[in-house]
Amino acid sequence: MLASPTVSRLGLRFFALGYLSLLLLIPVGMIVYRALEHGAGAALDQVTTPEALHAFYLTILIAAIAVTANTIFGIGCALLLVRSEFRGKALLNAAIDLPFAISPVVIGLSLYLLYGREGWFGGWLLDNGFQILFSLPGMVLATIFVSLPFVVREVVPVLHEIGDEQEQAAQTLGANWWQTFWRVTLPAIRWGVAYGVVLATARALGEFGAVAIVSGRVVGETETAPLWVWREFGQFNLTGAYAASLVLAMLAIGTLLAMNAFKRKEA
Amino acid sequence: MTPAPGARAEAPPRPVTFPRLGGAALGRGLVTAYLSVIVLIPIAALVAKSTEGGLAEFWDSLTSPLAISALKLTLIASVIVTLINVVAGTAIAWVLVRDSFPGKRIVNSVIDLPFALPTVVAGITLLALYGTDSPVGINVAFTRAGVVMALLFVTLPFVVRAVQPVLLELDREMEEAAASLGAGPLTTFRRVILPNLTPAILAGAALAFARAIGEFGSLVLLSGNLPKTQVASLFIFAQIESGNTTGAAAVSVTLLVIALVVLLLIGRLTHWSLRHAR
Repeated sequence: MLASPTVSRLGLRFFALGYLSLLLLIPVGMIVYRALEHGAGAALDQVTTPEALHAFYLTILIAAIAVTANTIFGIGCALLLVRSEFRGKALLNAAIDLPFAISPVVIGLSLYLLYGREGWFGGWLLDNGFQILFSLPGMVLATIFVSLPFVVREVVPVLHEIGDEQEQAAQTLGANWWQTFWRVTLPAIRWGVAYGVVLATARALGEFGAVAIVSGRVVGETETAPLWVWREFGQFNLTGAYAASLVLAMLAIGTLLAMNAFKRKEA
Repeated sequence: MTPAPGARAEAPPRPVTFPRLGGAALGRGLVTAYLSVIVLIPIAALVAKSTEGGLAEFWDSLTSPLAISALKLTLIASVIVTLINVVAGTAIAWVLVRDSFPGKRIVNSVIDLPFALPTVVAGITLLALYGTDSPVGINVAFTRAGVVMALLFVTLPFVVRAVQPVLLELDREMEEAAASLGAGPLTTFRRVILPNLTPAILAGAALAFARAIGEFGSLVLLSGNLPKTQVASLFIFAQIESGNTTGAAAVSVTLLVIALVVLLLIGRLTHWSLRHAR
């Protein structure tokens, strides 16, 4: 055994846990306290105003659409990356990760420029009656962008790991592509997909910067829950902002629990 | 004969063409189209906008005093945050793998909380404890220290999650050998453990840095909209709000290039140190 003195072990433990407590645990605990400082009733009143409810509804709606789109894309793209060879595969593989390297504000600006009146697509779309910016489609596009890599990145390693013998066996036995995918591949990758979906959902529910730019932040119309929190905090409705933050934090903690459950199933 | 760098020991199994017939081409087309519409074309529009008025205008936007100070603050804060993450993240990973104490499993799952928490909530979370009406008397609202703290919060998991699996797989026999040959714990750590962890630490640090230079949501309330705390993302947002999209695009492209270069460099470095560790 490594002759590590107890003092340094305890010192390291103290440092690590102290760092985590000061940066993460105590601040998150404070949110609970601040939200409920004036009673649970007051907090509940704040997050059940029509505006707040609409903001939560919009956040969930956008996340549902974006995550569904990215899940279908993610599984298809992962199959393509693992199970076939083609030119430009390395390039595709690298491009998938781009959203991780780009600031949400930059993503918002890109869409703003593309779909604005002067943009490449914006002029034509507006002339034909399609409003992308400052409405649901733009917010969905922004959310799809930021949450795009998660499912692909979780499914690719699982596909590598399971190999393709079973798929080949199924095809030899006469299964068509869809049967092979539905009966053999999908059941084998389901926990990887679930894990990716959870990560993408967490990202989509919390997206702020990109949506702040493309939504135009119309109160009661294009205002998502994180944007609502921002505005209320800025207007010194602290109880409301803390209460909505607590709801979002509870969603995040739920996500975390789901992540842990799926990680164990995957292993 | 020595194999070419990167060549695998045995030939990879021939992949099944998984949809057969024209299906693969169709799938490839769909995936490329989706990626283009969602990611590539918007980025192309951004790059086009930034250079619309020629390179001279791009350079002018980038070197305006406000843009320079925003980029400088972003880079300095991100470097500080990355360095702190390297030390604290490695220490946390170490404690989570090698130490045991009650509640370790809970601490382990809490590490991912900054990934799951909406960024604006992360900012409010810090303000609740370290804001203007701080119950502990520490006020970092509207200060650069606050910016660093928010960046530390949102980047916390990267180094921990990169180092942890490597530390778990690390062969303890090497350490025992070093110790039995008379190396103290510090020497063992520096000469035996650290070289094995370096690629993972670098990879985590690069991700943390890339995240830090683009961070927006957690800073938007903490920064208080002041020039001295205006990082690049806040600068871009302010420029969009005031209608100067060209200036915003120039700084955006710069941020994008910095992030890509750092990720690419670290990728190379990790690859290199992995090969040299063997």
